Amino acid sequence: MPKSSAKKTEKKVEDLSYEEALAELEQIVSALENEQSQLEEAIKLFERGQALAARCGVLLEAAELKVKQVVGEDAEAIDFDEESE
Amino acid sequence: MQPSLFPPAVPQTFTVSKLTFHIRKLLEENEVLQDVWVQGEISNLSRPASGHVYFTLKDANASLKCVMWKTSAARLNLSLRDGLEVEVHGKIGVYEPQGQYQLYADQIRPVGEGALYQEFIRLKAMLEAEGLFDPERKRHIPELPHRIGIVTSATGAALRDMLNTLRRRLPIVEVILAPSPVQGTEAPPALVKAIDTLDRRQLDVIILARGGGSIEDLWAFNDERVVRAVADALTPIICGVGHETDFTLCDFAADLRAPTPTAAAELATQITILDLRAELQTYHTRLASSTLSLIAEQKAALSSITSQLRYLSPARLIQSERQRLDELSRRGFMSVAYRVNLQKKFLEGAQKRLEALSPLAVLARGYAVVTRKTDGGVVSRVAQASEEMRVRVSDGEFEVRK
Repeated sequence: MPKSSAKKTEKKVEDLSYEEALAELEQIVSALENEQSQLEEAIKLFERGQALAARCGVLLEAAELKVKQVVGEDAEAIDFDEESE
Repeated sequence: MQPSLFPPAVPQTFTVSKLTFHIRKLLEENEVLQDVWVQGEISNLSRPASGHVYFTLKDANASLKCVMWKTSAARLNLSLRDGLEVEVHGKIGVYEPQGQYQLYADQIRPVGEGALYQEFIRLKAMLEAEGLFDPERKRHIPELPHRIGIVTSATGAALRDMLNTLRRRLPIVEVILAPSPVQGTEAPPALVKAIDTLDRRQLDVIILARGGGSIEDLWAFNDERVVRAVADALTPIICGVGHETDFTLCDFAADLRAPTPTAAAELATQITILDLRAELQTYHTRLASSTLSLIAEQKAALSSITSQLRYLSPARLIQSERQRLDELSRRGFMSVAYRVNLQKKFLEGAQKRLEALSPLAVLARGYAVVTRKTDGGVVSRVAQASEEMRVRVSDGEFEVRK
């Protein structure tokens, strides 16, 4: 679910890669565990955290192995079609 | 003249057994014959149910009977057939019952492999001396790669097996394939180029792989150019060439050796999707529990403040004062009532004592009051008595004469 945020520096959850989402999730969990947050702020963090965790879950389960092949002198990478080999 | 019936005297007359034994000893004590490589063509190959292998090695002028026992034969990865030109290693012995010398074989290799093996030994020593195989040079393989490079043939089972393994273990990883021939004279330069191409792409790890084969088939991975490319690459390299027992020089130069291409794919993905799922689950749990405990903390703080507030409220103060008042008045009342009671008791006691001392009570006990009739004076002594006196008892009086 897209989550737009008040902070200008935050990206939409759906635009994040697995590593990015996971890194932010780690930060949020750490903040909630260690810092004295105001209740309202804590709830906001929780909601963003949930969205990030959901995004990671989606990426993990939907993942299909991406295979590219280098060709040519300038070594471009094109998609590798396993069936044709 | 008749020929003598008996030949000229000889030092000893052997029995067949003794002679055969003598020959056997001679052959078995010869060092060369006990550790020998023989080249020839296989013929009369026989592989009975016992598992032992019987064949004849021959060339243009001679033949040699050979036997290989079951255990050595099981280790053969060369398929034998009549007409195959081979080199056989073993020791010469004598099978006495048939008076037959034969080669007891423990190894068989194709012709020419011996030379290749010599070259392998030579190169290994040279590159090892240069330090190419030093443990300190080995790079750490990342536990969770994002991008994996593969150098192998685009056809063949090795690539297919590796991709299936990666798909199963870490489908979020990205694979870059640099296909290359993996045997033949064109292989070494192609392999070097493939390794170099991938090394420039900032990958986390590169897998160099090839399925199983003979020492000739795998020879490209013993080529000095390829071995140097593996040693010099900046990206960590996992080498998975051949079967478990095959060792090529690339295996020694790589940062990690895998026994097979599939094993190489496994070693490249130490952290799998199962681990990632578990980690994500942990985050879910920590997220929920940390938020819940924050809320609980806030609740507790709120409750505490509310309590304090209630404690300090005017309503409570008033109620408190009221109660104090009640208490005081109860105590006050009690002390007045107490004093009254005390007086009462004192009074009662005094009354009783009084009663006990009253003349009436004395009279009731049988005493009388005697008075003179004339003046009414009480007679308490004999001298005070007159002629006529009055006696008063409890219920009346009467006169008496002395």
